[in-house]
Amino acid sequence: MSKKRLIQGNEACAHAALYAGCNFYAGYPITPSSEVMEILSYEMPKLGRTFIQMEDEIASISAIIGAAWGGAKTLTATSGPGFSLMQEGIGYASITETPCVIVNCQRWGPSTGQPTKGAQGDVMQSIWGTHGDHAIIVVTASTVRDAFDMTVKSFNFAQQYRVPVVLLMDEVLAHMRENIDWPEPGDIDVIDAKRPADVKTYKPFANDEFLPFGQGARYHITGLAHGAEGFAVSDEAAARELTRMVGKVQNHVRDLALHDRYMLDDAELAIISYGITSRPAQSAVDLLRAQGIRAGLLSLKTLWPFPDFLIDEVAERVDTIVVPELNMGQLVREIGRAANGRSQVIPVSRIDGHLLTPAQIADAAVAPFATSAGKTLGKVVRS
Amino acid sequence: MSDNYRKFLRTSQLPHVWCPGCGDGMIVKALLEAIGELNLDQNKIAVVSGIGCSGRTPFILDFNTMHTTHGRALAFATGIKLANPELRVFAIMGDGDASAIGGNHFIHACRRNLDLTALVFNNGIYGLTGGQLAPTTPVGKRSTTSTMGSIEQPFDLVRLALGAGAGFVARTTSFDHKQLTSYIKRAILHKGFSFVDILTSCPTYFGRMNDVAEPYDMVHYLRDTSSPLHDCTCGETDQPKAEVMPTGIFREEERADYEALYKQKIASASGKRSTS
Repeated sequence: MSKKRLIQGNEACAHAALYAGCNFYAGYPITPSSEVMEILSYEMPKLGRTFIQMEDEIASISAIIGAAWGGAKTLTATSGPGFSLMQEGIGYASITETPCVIVNCQRWGPSTGQPTKGAQGDVMQSIWGTHGDHAIIVVTASTVRDAFDMTVKSFNFAQQYRVPVVLLMDEVLAHMRENIDWPEPGDIDVIDAKRPADVKTYKPFANDEFLPFGQGARYHITGLAHGAEGFAVSDEAAARELTRMVGKVQNHVRDLALHDRYMLDDAELAIISYGITSRPAQSAVDLLRAQGIRAGLLSLKTLWPFPDFLIDEVAERVDTIVVPELNMGQLVREIGRAANGRSQVIPVSRIDGHLLTPAQIADAAVAPFATSAGKTLGKVVRS
Repeated sequence: MSDNYRKFLRTSQLPHVWCPGCGDGMIVKALLEAIGELNLDQNKIAVVSGIGCSGRTPFILDFNTMHTTHGRALAFATGIKLANPELRVFAIMGDGDASAIGGNHFIHACRRNLDLTALVFNNGIYGLTGGQLAPTTPVGKRSTTSTMGSIEQPFDLVRLALGAGAGFVARTTSFDHKQLTSYIKRAILHKGFSFVDILTSCPTYFGRMNDVAEPYDMVHYLRDTSSPLHDCTCGETDQPKAEVMPTGIFREEERADYEALYKQKIASASGKRSTS
């Protein structure tokens, strides 16, 4: 029987990083993520692994990228202001195809905002925060156990695809305690980057194989547009390389699109949510079902590459898609684009630093119909 | 000995990008000679650079090389060194790279004392972006963003490094080739953070805007504006004369480096109870 432990989201994240084999952490303290580094500062030396507190978040992301090329599995954790500072480094990690994980415990922003209040305002920044087109994977977590699992999966994705992976948590999940089944070694797969069979002929950007510095090959890494050997290229070659890099994630959207479904099979109304908001969203489904409305939930764990195919499946079948978010409407734009007019897409927004309640989501789901063609969803004219 | 450096050149990437008369190539030669004379393992050397003319150095070096972001070379180097302490890590930076955008990383690297060698190619100007004011541009000198002469007090990187706690701090120029090679060797042999401030010439931008456009004149300018340590102290204040940069070894004191201290931490941490 597995052990049960009452722990916080940030604790789960820190211990999951160790579970995934993370052996290098660099970070800078910031609310509400600091427990991740506090725990690792204590746990990592015990395991002979490396923890370092850097001088700022720019140094933190730079150090984890350097450490990845030194041969480590690397993590940093931060929140909004620090995440903004990391964007330069995230772009460098992307163009140098460096496996690394960045945890962002989202807080209310912009700027200093409300440091101890939760939000989901960093979705677009996670996807598009660094300049230029680029490859990145963005995932979320909605429960403490989920924070554990998604931390491990973030490492796996980073290693498999050689990209920076952003795990979006939020202040509520970061500090919330739940009694979880503690994963034993082997319960969750841990994946490491493929190593080249022949180190002598290794080209650092020829494929997803990863050979760190000092292991038999000497090569060059740069943030400039570069070819397979790491040396600068331009024009058509640069376009070809960028296409390949972005394709690494976009062409694997089906492998990457982690998600949960709840009562979606016969649904006529779908809620599509992610992160902490998936919890009240699931309760909202129950409330709506109790009212005789066949509601269902698609909870997205992977936000980028955006899983259009999942939205397609839902939009084909339901009349209405409700998208609750703790921001003024970020992922709803992607969902609306993917639904492409097949369903009415209704954003539900809350930005006072508190969670949406199940009733707020359920009410928003039925509100459009109370004033239009009646409450029978099937008769509502699609927008 | 004179050809000892060639085997470290990544000839596929030559010619380099530097202008005629630039001092950077002379620094690279001194660096490679120092590495050759110390018989360091080519496979276990990592050279990290930032952005700027100096940032182009790793392209032509046949080591594990990493051209990073502007100002961050030391932060990347910190990660590489801690992840693989077997590697001998060099951070090559420009003066703006190390002391403007990367100033924070520079002072913290000095204080933290990882076993790294930091070399600053200090030409007193931003070369690759076309000749703008640097934090090291002397008062009164012109640049494309100080066309009437700089009014800002420049950084003395040696004093900055000393104040921040670096264990090995030296300064010389790119034309003092033997001294430069010897300082780099001593920096490499120093256990802990070592820093060499290398005054170098940029005839293309600094020179053209400050009446020393000929490479030959630029070298003379470097000679005239630098002076061995014992020559440039004046009286009680121990301050160098204006515009004359003292050269020499300013500190060579070993203290426990970060890796040694971290190993002690690991030893004392084993057996402590878990947080979960």
